Amino acid sequence: MSIKQISIFVENKPGALYGLTGVLAQNKVDLRALSLAETSEFGIVRLIVNDVYKATTVLKDAGYVHSITPVVGVAIPDVPGGLNRVLQVLANAKINVEYMYAFLGGRLSDSAYMIFRVQDVEAAQKALAQQKIQVLDQDQMTGV
Amino acid sequence: MERYYQPEIECASREQIRAWQDERLVKQVRNVWDNVPYYRKKMEAKGLTPDDIKGVDDLHKLPFVTKADLREAYPYGLVARPLKDCVRIQSTSGTTGKRVVAFYTQHDIDLWEDCCARAIVAAGGTNEDVCQVSYGYGLFTGGPGLNGGSHKVGCLTIPTSSGNTERQIMFIRDLSATILCCTPSYAAYIGETMKEMGLTPDQIPLKAGIFGAEAWSEEMRQDIQNVLGIKAYDIYGLTELSGPGVAFECSAQTGMHINEDHFIAEIIDPETGEVLPEGSKGELVFTSITKEAFPLLRYRTRDICMLSHEKCSCGRTHVKMCKPMGRSDDMLIIRGVNVFPSQIETVLLNHGYPANYQIIVDRVKSTDTLDVQVEMTPEMFTDNLGEIDRRQKELVAGLRSMLGLAAKVTLVAPKSIVRSEGKAVRVIDKRKI
Repeated sequence: MSIKQISIFVENKPGALYGLTGVLAQNKVDLRALSLAETSEFGIVRLIVNDVYKATTVLKDAGYVHSITPVVGVAIPDVPGGLNRVLQVLANAKINVEYMYAFLGGRLSDSAYMIFRVQDVEAAQKALAQQKIQVLDQDQMTGV
Repeated sequence: MERYYQPEIECASREQIRAWQDERLVKQVRNVWDNVPYYRKKMEAKGLTPDDIKGVDDLHKLPFVTKADLREAYPYGLVARPLKDCVRIQSTSGTTGKRVVAFYTQHDIDLWEDCCARAIVAAGGTNEDVCQVSYGYGLFTGGPGLNGGSHKVGCLTIPTSSGNTERQIMFIRDLSATILCCTPSYAAYIGETMKEMGLTPDQIPLKAGIFGAEAWSEEMRQDIQNVLGIKAYDIYGLTELSGPGVAFECSAQTGMHINEDHFIAEIIDPETGEVLPEGSKGELVFTSITKEAFPLLRYRTRDICMLSHEKCSCGRTHVKMCKPMGRSDDMLIIRGVNVFPSQIETVLLNHGYPANYQIIVDRVKSTDTLDVQVEMTPEMFTDNLGEIDRRQKELVAGLRSMLGLAAKVTLVAPKSIVRSEGKAVRVIDKRKI
């Protein structure tokens, strides 16, 4: 029940992101979350989308190199200490967070959303669920 | 079983080959002395007459001919036959400067096509084969040479010439082409395109390829063989000497047999011009001993190479040359270090990067910079930035140890390096020296 994140290689130059979002816009792919990791020459765009199959197909056709990475999506109560509690669970379970990013909005307005990239997705999900933290699956993510 | 186009020549004894060379060299020297004032002047300047050349042992006495001579004598200064006996010209692609024009009699074309036919048969070609010639036709020798050789072998010949890759692939598939002749970079491009179309090697009818006219590495050969499911054979030649087929690879794939009944090869020190002992690495020099219209004596190819007289498992007795290890004139001097693009290609392929690369040399504040741009591939890409960084650092270290020079590596988007349908543009030198 992990979430599929699409990671895409883009050059670090003017217009590169615009080109990418253009492909997604033309094909009516809806973005749920986005994060960017960059070096001086290139970057990796990380996307959560409503339709993974369509997005990867149109990206491939447009010549983008990409990969699919399983990530953990979590709904966090939008109150002080919300994130801290989630990280405490992961720390206690000795799960290393390689990177994470947040996004707001959506229909469950009393929650914030975080995406976590960890080595062992299953272990992370189990640890979070045991502590009654809401872990999202692909469909829920799409519905957010 | 190994097959030959002209077994009595290709497998002749060394004594026989030497006898042909002695006799033909003496005749050729007399021919240029009588018919080409440019040569006579060069020989006189060294105090030579044709009587001084009694055989191959005297070859070293003769002056060299360089590309500069060809330009100086342009267009007719080195032609040894009346123009009424000449039937064709071909011209170099001009990658190293001004064009060079070479002349042919019908006999010259006939012998040239024989050489190409030897290459096709050595690659397993018979009159049952369908041979697609995707070298350019026209002034470039690649197309006409292999086309003629393919006719001589009796292959059904598809003269697609270069370009229009979709059409190339359509013919390969629809007519079940079994042999492909083109530049190695174009073969790689055709292979890449077929792979994108979802074709696996067993769905591609090709069984062999004859690839030449530009430098390519052993690793690139493996890549092409894997993607097309073929055996890839190297072929060597120069317009100045005839065209492709001066030397060609056999089933052993360990070097190219030089057609010594037509060409005498020497290895010299490019600095001093001294002939180097057998097995040495140096510049390859050729003397064409059967050419009628455009004979060249001791032509300096600028290709850095080695010769091997070791007995070949294929049964051919003609000397083998290795793949040229670079050209003494596409050699880059970066911060005083000699760099051959083929060295960079070897490192890239060894590290799992594709052969689609470009070398950009520039000068920033009087220091040379070397930037190797490589295209990202699905195989290389990962979501892990640290992992990409680690691989990039390994590549930089690999380049440093191969070249003795620090190079920058830039990963660029797929397909962003311009694909060529002829010779690939590997080096962009922006330095203003």
